[in-house]
Amino acid sequence: MAEERRRRLALIASKGTLDWAYPPFILASTAAALGWEVQVFFTFYGLLLLRPDYNPAVSPLGNPAMPMKMPFGPNGFQEINWPIPVALQALPGFQAMATTLMKMTFKNKNVPSIEELRQMCIDLGVKLIGCQMTMDVFGFTKEDFIPEVEVGGAATFLQFAADADVSLFI
Amino acid sequence: MSAMQADKVLDCSGLLCPMPVIKTSKAIQEIAVGQVLKMIATDPGAPADMEAWAKQTGHELLASEQENGKFVFYIRRTR
Repeated sequence: MAEERRRRLALIASKGTLDWAYPPFILASTAAALGWEVQVFFTFYGLLLLRPDYNPAVSPLGNPAMPMKMPFGPNGFQEINWPIPVALQALPGFQAMATTLMKMTFKNKNVPSIEELRQMCIDLGVKLIGCQMTMDVFGFTKEDFIPEVEVGGAATFLQFAADADVSLFI
Repeated sequence: MSAMQADKVLDCSGLLCPMPVIKTSKAIQEIAVGQVLKMIATDPGAPADMEAWAKQTGHELLASEQENGKFVFYIRRTR
């Protein structure tokens, strides 16, 4: 058993919104807890997940599947799925409100924050790799990210993914 | 219903995925090989997740049961 090769998870995290920030960190931390070797390659908007001051938002615009529910009040009230017109969702401040409500819901349901999940990944030995090309394009340097970040390119990811048991693009 | 003996108890009540799995992985390292960890959870995904966790980590899931509306697991550390 001890000599057995460790399983590997290779993830690409390409999105920077609150809703899409959860899947890579949840999968990475769980796999690491199972004893797997894990690397997450952060590219394009996913790179923002590695900022020290990451403050994610979620937009209901163009996202018709997003439930519009209230995280407070009596149960019956919380279960109402509010039919909010798209034109209203485009108003200034609506996105901030939707983000606040989603964060509140996550907190009420005892879901850890992205920062907590990210720290958990680091503590469990998950390797976080920032895409060098995206950094150049968006004008970031390594110092703009948390110190645990390593920098690499497509070849870095592919080399690890070539021997991975599970590879996902998120 | 079971009178199984546990050397350590971990209460994950109220926690959702992935916390029960992560906390269990940590707690199992805090007991000796051969000892038993009792884990309590309320997450409806926990029974399936704990079975998968045991298969992946090689630790032995001795029992997976329901007690007063909660899920209770007994796990023996094997290595």
